[in-house]
Amino acid sequence: MKFLHTAFQNMKAPFEKGGKFEKYNKVLTAIDALETFAFTPEEVTHTGAHIRDGIDLKRTMSVVIMAMIPCLLFGMYNAGYQHYRELGELATASFMDMFTIGLIKVLPLVVVSYGVGLGIEFAFAMFKGHSVEEGYLVTGMLIPLIVPIDIPLWMLAVAVAFAVVFGKEVFGGTGMNILNVALTARAFLFFAYPTFMSGDKIWIHEGMTNDAISGATILGDLAAMKGGLETLRFSAQDMFLGFIPGSVGETSTLAVLIGAAILLFTGIGSWRIMLAAVLGGATMGAIFNFFGDMGIGGGLMQLPFWQHLIVGGFAFGVVFMATDPVTAAQTNKGKWIYGFLIGLLAIMIRVFNPAYPEGIMLAILFMNVMAPLVDHYVVQGNINKRLKRLNVKTA
Amino acid sequence: MSKDIKIKKGLNIPLKGEADKVLGTAERSGAFVIKPSDFKNFTPKLLVKEGQEVLAGSPLFYSKDYPEVKVGSPVSGEVVEVMRGAKRKILGIKVLGDKETRYAQFPAADAARMSRAEVKQRLLDQCLWAFIKRRPYGTAARPTDNPISIHVSGFDSAPLSADYDYVLHGKGKEFQAGLEVLKQLTDGPVHLNLHREMNTDEVFKGAKGVQINWFSGPHPSGNVGVQIHHIKPLNKGEVVFTVAAQDVALIGNAFLTGKYDASRTVAVAGSSVKSPKYFKTIQGASISTLVEGNLEGDNNRLISGNILTGTKVAADGHLGFFNKEVTVIPEGDHAKFFITEGWAGPGFGKFSASRSYFSWLMPSKKYDLDTNTNGEARALVVTGEYESVFPMDIYPQHLVKAIMIGDIELMENLGIYEVDDEDFALCEYICTSKTAVQQIVREGLELIEKECG
Repeated sequence: MKFLHTAFQNMKAPFEKGGKFEKYNKVLTAIDALETFAFTPEEVTHTGAHIRDGIDLKRTMSVVIMAMIPCLLFGMYNAGYQHYRELGELATASFMDMFTIGLIKVLPLVVVSYGVGLGIEFAFAMFKGHSVEEGYLVTGMLIPLIVPIDIPLWMLAVAVAFAVVFGKEVFGGTGMNILNVALTARAFLFFAYPTFMSGDKIWIHEGMTNDAISGATILGDLAAMKGGLETLRFSAQDMFLGFIPGSVGETSTLAVLIGAAILLFTGIGSWRIMLAAVLGGATMGAIFNFFGDMGIGGGLMQLPFWQHLIVGGFAFGVVFMATDPVTAAQTNKGKWIYGFLIGLLAIMIRVFNPAYPEGIMLAILFMNVMAPLVDHYVVQGNINKRLKRLNVKTA
Repeated sequence: MSKDIKIKKGLNIPLKGEADKVLGTAERSGAFVIKPSDFKNFTPKLLVKEGQEVLAGSPLFYSKDYPEVKVGSPVSGEVVEVMRGAKRKILGIKVLGDKETRYAQFPAADAARMSRAEVKQRLLDQCLWAFIKRRPYGTAARPTDNPISIHVSGFDSAPLSADYDYVLHGKGKEFQAGLEVLKQLTDGPVHLNLHREMNTDEVFKGAKGVQINWFSGPHPSGNVGVQIHHIKPLNKGEVVFTVAAQDVALIGNAFLTGKYDASRTVAVAGSSVKSPKYFKTIQGASISTLVEGNLEGDNNRLISGNILTGTKVAADGHLGFFNKEVTVIPEGDHAKFFITEGWAGPGFGKFSASRSYFSWLMPSKKYDLDTNTNGEARALVVTGEYESVFPMDIYPQHLVKAIMIGDIELMENLGIYEVDDEDFALCEYICTSKTAVQQIVREGLELIEKECG
């Protein structure tokens, strides 16, 4: 691979000091980003720990992307599956027919998300003279997975631009943001273009344009109808496997679990947050079940608590969004509190807010904002312990 | 009362090239260099001139802040050079050693029968005080300090480090005499900290008059900072002394014989060493005498000290004042293509505390790691990794951030008095963002020492 390495050196030469295009030296940042993508640099340690762990941010991010691949692939298949099911043509459509619809619709979403997002990242890096950091690699994959299948590409591009600029770069870039960037994009879409992001028509391909398709999600159904569970059109098995309408990548709890397994096994996702969020969700679900069984509230109150965990974006949010280390609580104790409250709030919002039954997004965003507070009290506890020790000594 | 302490957090990095317990013969070094930089936050003032004759144990320089604290020459001979760097900073004092070492002779002394003042004076006069470090700050102990306890770690858990049991075997008398000296310096206990699962030599097991504490678990259980924290954490205003086990024996020997004998057994280890083993040499000796003809390849990193905290030295460099091992590993100064060796590769040869490379399939494999950082410096993104290898009740990442912003009160609150930069070596190793954690902590400690004494 020496020739490629030389090619990069040659490419950089004219922009370096004394080169022909010296005044455009900001381009170096971009070339450097590509070069460090292709080659781990020859940088060596100088002092202290003379050896370093094999992992770096690129590896970390790529493992997370790998973990999302099952969701992406299933999302593509499910897009076609839901489309043909609503049309009543499920029996005649082949696997490839279904997958192709998803592929044609989802691939452009991924391309636009990465194109716009990375474009802005590169621009900021060049403008501010720092290296391009890898944060967007994961965000760029998350965003297409949490939008409706038919979202216009320009809308996605606007949302990505908003999220990257106002969700991340204004705070100082990767590692400095307060809110989860992908969820910022999603929240922006939800509040800026509500007709495209909620309602019962958008979750299935051509739902908006084809009258033959109804397309409400389970949560939409349950939230809209004051009745009980009798009207539920999907079985728990469908919910778990993911054969239900919803955002591109979030329907299949099974696919999410495969991703979770990868994240947990590699040690990259926080098991504390995941477990705590599931416990939080189950607790809130159980509380609602208690009232639901007494006949209080509608279908969402009666939905068995464990089904809350496998329906909608709950699992996806818990595994891929809540565990974002930058925006989550940073202390181990804090992670328990943070995760538990996300689970609790997600189900609470889901049940109490009929306009927007998918509560996980707002729950995570809210807890993103609260995470530093949670950490503050956890760290303060440690500080107090130390001060107490000192007081005992001086007393 | 002895304590039994389990260290759960930490990491043993499996590296190739551990020193065999065989004593090799090394050519005697011609010149010996003592570097003031081996002492942290220490301003040296010279006591010798070029051309001056010195004896082993004669003082070479002293501390500007505590003039009684003098650092002695390891051998007798002529001071041939005062090595200086930018702004005339003293980098080292080079002594051309005699063939037969002549010692600055002191009368033999029995510390147990001496008063504290006498013991202190003897340590200072014989240049032995420099071997005693203090916490907080990890700097040279001050003669005015009144330590609440003294800690001696009887094992080193760092990768490829010297085995104390092998090195000190048969030196029970000297070690015990050294402990007697230390006992005179404090009203509190002298702690000897040993590892439950490692072999423990009679020298340690038979130590008398000290509190023996048993540790178990991975590195950094051998770090004296971790041991202090678990036995009795340090508070603001308290001082603890620490002395390395071999140096305890050196001090003991100096009291028994009256001689400052700086000879020591060092482990020469690392994946670039053809036959890693132990060598008997002298403090400040030329490293080339220890590794000559015993290295593979010609692009190597020579480290005086262990692989996590040691100092990089040039091929003609010298053994550090406190160092008990020399580690040699390959330099990693070449670009690695991303799908073969780089970040996207399978990584069978890459050790990682995470399981993101396939090297997890081979749990008993030993690795030949080079000095490449395996990635570039990034913002602190990943959380929880410092905590997983930092076995103290301290929030390491928060402390590091407090140091980065220079918030002294926050540093104090988060426990900076309890740590030394070596305690953060594993954090630095494991950091995904490739942050120079030890350097940051050292800067924090220096700031605190300057501001709060």
